[in-house]
Amino acid sequence: MRGKYEIMINSTLKMLSGDLAAGKVSAEELAKQYLQRIDALNPQLNAFISLDHERTLAEARAADARRARGEAGVLTGVPLVHKDIFCQQGWKTSCGSRMLDNFVSPYDATVVERCAKAGLVTLGRANMDEFAMGSSNENSWYGAVKNPWDLTAIPGGSSGGSAAAVAARLAPVATATDTGGSIRQPASHCGVTGIKPTYGVVSRFGMVAFASSLDQGGPIAQTAEDCALMLNVMAGFDARDSTSLERAGEDYTRDLDQSLEGLRIGLPREYFAEGLSADVARVIDDAVAEFRKLGAEIVEISLPNTELSIPAYYVIAPAEASSNLSRFDGVRYGHRASEYRDLADMYEKSRAEGFGSEVKRRIMVGTYVLSHGYYDAYYLKAQKIRRLVSNDFQDAFRECDVILGPVAPTAAFNIGEKSGDQVQMYLSDIYTLSVNLAGLPGMSVPAGFDGQGRPVGLQIIGNYFAEAKMLNVAHRFQQVTDWHTRAPALSSD
Amino acid sequence: MKWEVVIGLEVHVQLSTVSKIFSGSSTAFGAEPNTQASVVELAFPGVLPVLNKAAVNKAIRLGLALNAHINRKNVFARKNYFYPDLPKGYQISQMDLPIVGPGTLTIQVGEEEKVIRVTRAHLEEDAGKSLHEDFHGATGIDLNRAGTPLLEVVSEPDMRSAEEAVAYARGLHTLVTWLGICDGNMQEGSFRVDANVSVRPFGQAEFGTRCEIKNLNSFRFLEAAINYEVERQIELIEDGGRVVQETRLYDPDRGETRSMRSKEDAHDYRYFPDPDLLPVVIPESEIEAVKADMPELPAAMKARFIADYGVSAYDGNLLTASRDIAGYFETLAKVSGQGKLAANWVNGELAAALNRDGLGIAQSPISAERLGGLIARIVDNTISSKIAKEVFEAMWQGSDSADAIIDAKGLRQITDSSAIEAIVDEVLAANQKSVEEFRAGKEKALNALVGQVMKASKGKANPAQAQDILKKKLGA
Amino acid sequence: MSLTHQDVARIAKLARIAVTHDEIESVGAQLNTIFGLIEKMQAVNTDGIEPMAHPQEVSLRLRDDVVTEVNQREAFQAVAPQVEGGLFLVPKVIE
Repeated sequence: MRGKYEIMINSTLKMLSGDLAAGKVSAEELAKQYLQRIDALNPQLNAFISLDHERTLAEARAADARRARGEAGVLTGVPLVHKDIFCQQGWKTSCGSRMLDNFVSPYDATVVERCAKAGLVTLGRANMDEFAMGSSNENSWYGAVKNPWDLTAIPGGSSGGSAAAVAARLAPVATATDTGGSIRQPASHCGVTGIKPTYGVVSRFGMVAFASSLDQGGPIAQTAEDCALMLNVMAGFDARDSTSLERAGEDYTRDLDQSLEGLRIGLPREYFAEGLSADVARVIDDAVAEFRKLGAEIVEISLPNTELSIPAYYVIAPAEASSNLSRFDGVRYGHRASEYRDLADMYEKSRAEGFGSEVKRRIMVGTYVLSHGYYDAYYLKAQKIRRLVSNDFQDAFRECDVILGPVAPTAAFNIGEKSGDQVQMYLSDIYTLSVNLAGLPGMSVPAGFDGQGRPVGLQIIGNYFAEAKMLNVAHRFQQVTDWHTRAPALSSD
Repeated sequence: MKWEVVIGLEVHVQLSTVSKIFSGSSTAFGAEPNTQASVVELAFPGVLPVLNKAAVNKAIRLGLALNAHINRKNVFARKNYFYPDLPKGYQISQMDLPIVGPGTLTIQVGEEEKVIRVTRAHLEEDAGKSLHEDFHGATGIDLNRAGTPLLEVVSEPDMRSAEEAVAYARGLHTLVTWLGICDGNMQEGSFRVDANVSVRPFGQAEFGTRCEIKNLNSFRFLEAAINYEVERQIELIEDGGRVVQETRLYDPDRGETRSMRSKEDAHDYRYFPDPDLLPVVIPESEIEAVKADMPELPAAMKARFIADYGVSAYDGNLLTASRDIAGYFETLAKVSGQGKLAANWVNGELAAALNRDGLGIAQSPISAERLGGLIARIVDNTISSKIAKEVFEAMWQGSDSADAIIDAKGLRQITDSSAIEAIVDEVLAANQKSVEEFRAGKEKALNALVGQVMKASKGKANPAQAQDILKKKLGA
Repeated sequence: MSLTHQDVARIAKLARIAVTHDEIESVGAQLNTIFGLIEKMQAVNTDGIEPMAHPQEVSLRLRDDVVTEVNQREAFQAVAPQVEGGLFLVPKVIE
């Protein structure tokens, strides 16, 4: 058992799927092994908010029964972790907030439903920045998540728990969400692969809303191939989400092995300007060199409004969030203050107690920018800049097929290093925000390490619906590099 | 000083869809609390709205009926405020681009017609209900009504009296029920009126400060509330005070309006386009399809009734108060061939009887065809109008035809001159005093004598004939 | 632009978040730093630019008017702070 376990934990989705199909391992055994590993290693990482072994094993047994009936799909029996932002019936769905600490969801998100339908087994619920607001996972009511590569470093955010769990091999795959970089940045900081699809590809139904016009779900896994397999499960039209796009289903693995000969890769000048650390620049340069070897053509492009994406994002996202989070009032579910004078007092205390400081700040920023007399100067202005940012990409995609660049200016910083300085934290989102503003797909692929041994990811940005192309680019890169196979050394003591 | 009253109305028309505007929850009235509130109405984390096609279709219907512009692209916005019956903390409504743009509604006030401009009509979701009783100092929240589709129809401040406001509200009520987009049930809140009321000295161009009277759920309350509010504002100004812009509530028990203090907080609704919903784009084909499906509208039908049946504008308005009334009238007019008489009966005797028994015209015990049989007997002089009322009563109580009742009760009018002459002779003999008065030049005495003849004949003598014979006998 | 304590209090009130007297100073300072970042936007000329509310230029899909939901009150109210007789209870609302 022990020997098998060691093999298993470094397995990709693809391998596990094959082993399950070949009967080398059962879903129940697999789930037990992962749970054992989680129990041993999670205390030092804090990557999970909820675990429920009984429920997990019941799901696993159901997957095995399904396989016995001959009804198994590709991923039936494969374990996964859901970011605690996806409502899952019978599981606490806290979204990293005290506000929802007592909230057991009575319904399933579409993503959860689709994963269940595919037969994936829920290992637990991943820690995250409260309401997905943050880039360091320090804003969780359940405490910070530690980076498995260096326990003094942040794992990135907001999907820090998802990325850390996959990096530490506590799960082969995790669901995540990305509003301004929340899949790509933690994937980059934890040395795993993550993709945020085109806005509208993955249903938002049941995904606790942060900024509705920016939020998009996606997977984090070890490899691009695994991301493609997982995207096959997560993506698809959903009539319950008015922003879900009615498109024919896609097989995201279809182009994985395509040659990159003649592929035009755009390097945005603005992504390599001041602010990018030397370590990250070196990693990206090396990656670009690999792509040259693979036959790609490198072109310099410009995304002139990149810097403006920061203020535009920090108006639009808080504005939408301020409204989205109004439902948390302690009336129908969620935290209600224990003492209050009257209705207004109940609202104000419940919300002041239930929300953490970053969430409150963003709600207040959003409330202000939408308030009477300020709407045009802030919200409308930001929407116009959003258009400019989006136009930049369309101009760029006339010159290249995909865009490569850094995910973040540096590798993971230390826990506590920036937590007192919101603006420094916001500025570090510079390479990821514009993708959300434009609604484009973006991904992060492990590409190296900084001087301290912390992982550095390479960002791939594609045009709308170019996921299969991006996964192809990432997959070919992963066939000639081994960054994605590196796992942090963790011991249970 | 002479004051001019200025009124604009905002009417919340509950659209008669079977499911809610943004979810598949039922809209049926009267269910157990919170049994028709799904995750969407309860605003659970992560839920999303999906717009009901029927709500859009019904809004287009009204828009076309108001000759209004239909915005081919219209947008939902969030109106943000906290209230326990508003689960999301915002109401999904329309702000800058409503589905229905400017239009008009022509109202009838007495014999006058007046065109009232409609500013816009927008789709939105209803809130839940707060129940303030029986919870030991707490308020209970029922979200069954939350998410019910509403079309808010906003008028320009074009009305100048409570009477005009009521005529407009009635006209709109007629239209929405006529179109089948609203059940019109005011008790259940399907048609709620907010009145913006202000006064200004006659001749002044600027409007006075207005007050908004919320949630008037009957035409009677609308009229009473406006009249009270007008008096209050005039008195206030004449006493040297100033009207404060505010929201007021009408208290039907006291017959007065009072300030809603709890809503005095300066609201800042922070409207912005709802990112969960994309712009609604209405293709031309959809508008054409709705047009093709439109019934003849009350205004057109009224004009036709006036032209084809010779009814007055006033009667035409009453006859087109609902599709059922109009249909009844038209059948009656056709079977009887008597437009004006049919109008008189529908708006007179029949309306009074229905009203007395609390029935709608669709439940009338006398069908148009049966009533046509009665009118035919009036026209051919078988019975007088007075006897006809008696026959009508008998028809109301049973199912016999007019003819059967006339025969059974022997109500046929006496037109035989010799028979009437005999009665006249008796009457003259018994009423010497009236005869003398008439001869002395008192014309009115003749009426008294005719009355006596009618009485003696139990109303069956033809009154015109009786009068002629009387005159002849008196040598007049 | 700089938010005053009064502005902060007004925003907090609008957002229904209690901010104590002691917090107002630091909250105000944090918000002002954030607005310092946001203000950079104002230097850009955006005349004639169409605001972008949404990534995709598509129109809204409509659903048919059919009832698809069933009563699940018990399950939904299992997570409610205070219910009685099927109603959610809140402190008395004064009208």
